Amino acid sequence: MKKVPYRNRISKVLGVSLIIFLLFSISLYSQEEAVAENAEVAAEEGTADASAGDPAKGKSLFNQNCAACHALNRKMTGPALANVESKLAEEEGLDKEWLYAWIKNSPGMIKSGDAYSVKIYNEYNQAAMTAFPTLSDQDIDDILAYTAAPPPEAAPAVAGTADDSGSAKSSGISNEILLGALAVVFGLLVLMLFLVNSTLRRIAEANGVVLEKERAEKRIPIWKAFAQNQFLVLVTAIFLLLGSAYFAYGWMMQVGVDQGYAPIQPIHYSHKIHAGDNKIECKYCHSSARVSKHSGIPSLNVCMNCHKSIYEYKGNPEGPTKEDLANGYTNDFYTGEIKKLYKAVGWDEENQRYTGESQPIEWVRIHNLPDFAYFNHSQHVSVAGIECQTCHGPVEEMEIMYQYSPLTMGWCVECHRDTNVKVEGNEYYTKIHAELSKKYGVDQLTAAQMGGLECGKCHY
Amino acid sequence: MASNKKYWKSEAELNPNDSIVETLKQNEFVEEIPVDDFLGDRENLSATTTNRRDFLKYVGFSTAAASLAACQGPVRKSIPYVVQPENIIPGVANYYATTIANGFDFASILIKTREGRPIKVENNTEAKVGGSANARVQASVLSLYDSTRLQGPLANGEPVEWDALDAGVRAKLGSLKGSGKQIALLTQTYASPSTSRLVAEFKEMYGDVNHVTYDAISEDAALTAFENRYGERALADYDFSKADLIISFGADFLADWQGGGYDSGYSKGRIPKNGKMSRHIQFEANMSITGANADKRVPLTPMQQKVALAKLYAKLNGTSVGGEIGGAEQALDAAVAQIKNNTGNAVVVTGIDDVNAQSVVLAINEMLGSKAFDSKSPKYSRQGNTKAVNALISDMNAGKVGALIMDGVNPMYTLPNATDFASGIEKVDLSVVFSTNWNETTEVTQYTAAANHFLESWGDAHIKKGHYSLMQPTIKELFDTRQFQTALLGWMGRDISYYDYIKETWGTFVLNGNDWNKVLHDGVFVASYNMTGDPENALGQEDKETSDATTTEESASDSSVLPIASAVRSLVNATSGGGMELTLYSKIGMGDGQQANNPWLQEFPDPITRVSWDNYITVSKADAEQLGLVNEHVANGGMDGSYVKLTADGVSIDGVPVIVQPGQANGSVGLSFGYGRKVGMKSEMQTGVNAYSLYQNFNAVQSVTIEKSSEMHEFACVQLHKTLMGRGDIIKETTLEIFNTKDHAEWNVVPVVSLNHQEVPATTVDLWDSFDRSIGHHFNMSIDLNACTGCGACVIACHAENNVPVVGKQEVRLSRDMHWLRIDRYYSSEDTFEEDNTKKEEFDGLSGEKGSLGGFGELEHPATNPQVAFQPVMCQHCNHAPCETVCPVAATSHGRQGQNQMAYNRCVGTRYCANNCPYKVRRFNWFLYNNNDEFDYYMNNDLGKMVLNPDVNVRSRGVIEKCSLCIQKTQKTILDAKREGRPIKDGEFQTACSSACSNGAIVFGDVNDEESKVAELAESNRMYHLLEHVGTKPNVFYHVKVRNTNEA
Repeated sequence: MKKVPYRNRISKVLGVSLIIFLLFSISLYSQEEAVAENAEVAAEEGTADASAGDPAKGKSLFNQNCAACHALNRKMTGPALANVESKLAEEEGLDKEWLYAWIKNSPGMIKSGDAYSVKIYNEYNQAAMTAFPTLSDQDIDDILAYTAAPPPEAAPAVAGTADDSGSAKSSGISNEILLGALAVVFGLLVLMLFLVNSTLRRIAEANGVVLEKERAEKRIPIWKAFAQNQFLVLVTAIFLLLGSAYFAYGWMMQVGVDQGYAPIQPIHYSHKIHAGDNKIECKYCHSSARVSKHSGIPSLNVCMNCHKSIYEYKGNPEGPTKEDLANGYTNDFYTGEIKKLYKAVGWDEENQRYTGESQPIEWVRIHNLPDFAYFNHSQHVSVAGIECQTCHGPVEEMEIMYQYSPLTMGWCVECHRDTNVKVEGNEYYTKIHAELSKKYGVDQLTAAQMGGLECGKCHY
Repeated sequence: MASNKKYWKSEAELNPNDSIVETLKQNEFVEEIPVDDFLGDRENLSATTTNRRDFLKYVGFSTAAASLAACQGPVRKSIPYVVQPENIIPGVANYYATTIANGFDFASILIKTREGRPIKVENNTEAKVGGSANARVQASVLSLYDSTRLQGPLANGEPVEWDALDAGVRAKLGSLKGSGKQIALLTQTYASPSTSRLVAEFKEMYGDVNHVTYDAISEDAALTAFENRYGERALADYDFSKADLIISFGADFLADWQGGGYDSGYSKGRIPKNGKMSRHIQFEANMSITGANADKRVPLTPMQQKVALAKLYAKLNGTSVGGEIGGAEQALDAAVAQIKNNTGNAVVVTGIDDVNAQSVVLAINEMLGSKAFDSKSPKYSRQGNTKAVNALISDMNAGKVGALIMDGVNPMYTLPNATDFASGIEKVDLSVVFSTNWNETTEVTQYTAAANHFLESWGDAHIKKGHYSLMQPTIKELFDTRQFQTALLGWMGRDISYYDYIKETWGTFVLNGNDWNKVLHDGVFVASYNMTGDPENALGQEDKETSDATTTEESASDSSVLPIASAVRSLVNATSGGGMELTLYSKIGMGDGQQANNPWLQEFPDPITRVSWDNYITVSKADAEQLGLVNEHVANGGMDGSYVKLTADGVSIDGVPVIVQPGQANGSVGLSFGYGRKVGMKSEMQTGVNAYSLYQNFNAVQSVTIEKSSEMHEFACVQLHKTLMGRGDIIKETTLEIFNTKDHAEWNVVPVVSLNHQEVPATTVDLWDSFDRSIGHHFNMSIDLNACTGCGACVIACHAENNVPVVGKQEVRLSRDMHWLRIDRYYSSEDTFEEDNTKKEEFDGLSGEKGSLGGFGELEHPATNPQVAFQPVMCQHCNHAPCETVCPVAATSHGRQGQNQMAYNRCVGTRYCANNCPYKVRRFNWFLYNNNDEFDYYMNNDLGKMVLNPDVNVRSRGVIEKCSLCIQKTQKTILDAKREGRPIKDGEFQTACSSACSNGAIVFGDVNDEESKVAELAESNRMYHLLEHVGTKPNVFYHVKVRNTNEA
């Protein structure tokens, strides 16, 4: 019974530490989040009576109709719109009526030769503003009210930080309580066992039972006995060799397999934000996957389709998680990455135009098939209709893109053996599928039965 | 605790300033170990024996290095476009229609580009004229990526800016205006409406401008004869598909005769249909591929050819002339009889460089009313005027030329009187040459304007009257280069791009209201309006003026009104000039030599001699014996040949290697142009001798004397001078008569084998069980030996498509050539294969008169006038492949679609498969040919690598490779159909060779598709497989060659 005290020690330590941990964590849950929207609401209310419009309504209208080209405090495709009404009145002497007319039919005004219309048209690279004849005067009032509201900048930042400590905990509560309870129960059990054991010992001593220590010591040490048993030695040796061979094989087989490879990229591009939070379809950017062997890394002009107007990262509605913050993924960090894109593509944010000085981005390639293996994306994406995630994993959850699948030949072959060929509605397969499925006596042919395991299909 | 004691090994170390010690601290050795010296020196390396211990060291080191390298993959970058061009999708090829018009080759072609890089030339099947790319055109895409190209303009050999060059040229041209000195333009044949217009405008601007068109290999005689007869400087066109009887006097019309491009028409008439095919009689001196394809070939020296032509004319007119042509008289009589049967279906052509001969031929064809002869819409692919060239050179020497601007020509290399030119150019105030490479001419000119490759240029061509073709760039200029026309526009102060200029020209003169964009898309345009009063008259004027100016007086007295009778008379009186008659010719691989720096073409084996990396003098066996010239095979399997010294008219070249050529007319020798270039060439490419120095008076026939020199030349010959030795079963051949009258069992004999003591056809016996191949695609390839002319376009197409490496002369000599597709050339020892067969069958016993010992030896020697057959051989993709069963690692296996597949990454290089292959089509990579400076061709530099096909693996050292039936192309076709959800139509499946073959000799397709052409061909009674008795069941099949030997 040498070992018993030892085990006890472990369980004691474990138990105690768990209890301590539990106590500490529970103490944190007393807080409750309730601060979130207060600041912003307050800010909006404060200016609500400044004009006839309703800034809340105006905000939603602004986001629907204007935000693609305008921001409040920043030049984009069109001018910054904060306090546009008062500014126009002060600087140009234009009243609200002018604004109504402009918003409802700007091309018409440019045509008619209105001086300021023409000026602003030329100032913004002759990019005509879409006419909004459907907006009522009241709608425009609402929008203008929103633009006249003081920018709610400071408040969300405070709200954000208040936010995140709360939300991070909220998901953890139930799990940790359970764990804590378990730990307590476990600790109690250990204690009981220890007590039972010592009680038994005491009883044994009291009854004069001699524990079998001496007899055990007379035995030949186990290693000697082992060494003397040649059969055992042989068997063990074989097992050892087999075991090491198994591990050696395993190790060798992972040479050149870069599963999990997640290199640092020149721009921290988050698939989680794009494909996950914003639910952008994979093939919007990787469009050549439909028609080509390459999935294609999108060229920078594709990025600029959206990032012309998305110039800063505003964070997910719940604010950055603790984990994100720990990694330094703040809103500012992401905005900085967008600036890297602007630099690469040569986009002058100030003047909203391309400078022409571009610098291609050298991404680090993650999925590297060997040159002797031919792989065609369109075969899998367009013809077979396989989801990108099947091979690339949960990309929409990847903050940093990594290689999800091993990309080994065994992995390819396994899938070809299991996957049925998608033949519905594809006339190419009509004849061959009818004949082959009859030959093999199956309803659905696998890729392998279609010839997908032949060497020459991928190696040439 | 460490002590502060200083230890030292030598006194020098105590001296702090000792440089050796300093070096030793950083390196183990003071000097760099001369590893390159002993590893790079091939001769020494093969001489020294690496001992066992060294070998083990190498092995140990490389194993360790390999395992280290395997543990960590390299970081690979992936760089997308900043702004992706709309029509480029990475991984998807784009095709553009364009035109090659380099003065020697004129063809409408398609260019396959990947990610903006041109990588392959395809035929433009839309084009009715010049739509087929020959071997040189196929290879031209590699010349774009030549690492020795000029990267910017030069002045006296030093790099300058274009601005400086422009300023210099413009100032000089301005000062020459009205100075009395002429401005000369010496250019290639453009046949370009826009360039003609531009040059005319240039003339208008500068007044005394002399535009001289110069063809390196002149067709002046034919042009003059045509001009005298029809009033236009052009070449008659021939459509051989309409001819039943073709008689040629030294015209190598399946190669480059009068601009070439006649082979597809010829092949159409050669496939027996309804018991009929054309008959082709060839009178020639050198064994050309045209002669090799002829039904009857009569070796005659050039002088005799002239006499024979005169006799033909006389016999057709019922008269007779003198002159002696020996046994050829009989052949001529038979030909005349055949012509008289059906005059309209016969055509006569000649390649004799003689205005009289060319005039007589035009007269004969007109007299016969030949349907194949077309003088109404002639070809413009040769415009060169030799008299004007000579006049220009004398003007230059006389100091009458103020400026000389050259484009597309290399006169210092191609002129026989290059020294005159060199002395003349020194007296010219301003000389500019447009050139893609540093060459003999750029050396002597002041300004070298780095020119575009044609794949970077805009342009147009009027190849044949009414048939226009557009050239568009398929890639932006790789270097700081300009095309001639753009520069000329700049010098004229015109603020218009050459593209706009062409568009303007076409809009005004050519298109006649047709849509420019559509024409640009198609690449070709056929004018449908009435040709009288057409733009050519306006456009062609400037050319005509020059030729008129220089030739009027002479030609008036010389030949223009020369009646045909006197032409015939002068032909009869032709004399040889005493010595051997040398006929200079252009090789299919090298042409006029402008692409001499192209390794694909250098390694391309000549169809007849099968020699690569060389030109040589061809000598008949009788003459060789007389002169003591030999070809011998040496121990390592290579062939050596004697050297001779050739002297013609005081000019001599030494060190010309000799090939004893079966079929060469006695008393004649042949030598090809295009070799012997030295300046600006990589050392590996400096091959052969320059035949242009013997091209006196631009006459391809010269009288020469031959002296034997010492030493032997080492040839790189891929197939030695062996004949079929009566083994007709690799090539099956019959005559039209037998083909029409006898059952196919007689002329397409299926070999029999013994099974259960009974003779059964070999095709019915199997060692293996057959797979069911009736489902899905099953690819077959058909090769018609009748339609194949041996032109070799497929060989280069295969090279380009499949990233086949170039191995160089040394390696080819060691039989390590890598061509996946070879065109075997077989001679039959007797005049016909039948005679060979009979002789073999009559062997009786070992020795004696009919003994096989002597008999076989005799059969090995091709006769003086052998019959020739070409046979393209690639992997036969046997259904019962011997290679597959012997591979110890299952690297080669069979696909359900019929391909014999080769997984390079699995191959360990035992070469069992190559040894077990009955067709010898498997190639072994003895070295790493890419990224290896020992093989300095194109795969070792970034520029050259741009031509590689990204869909095909670049093989490494130590693996076997071979034809894959272009599985990358069939897979793409299948994928496209799958994506579009449709069945595949016949004709969509193509291989590189089948799509390159404009002769229709190679047909590829799915034999399970009953509608397909290949399925129909597989059922033909001419179909046979190579070596049927081996039982390999190949998926490539051949069609029995039929020769039309009907004498009557």
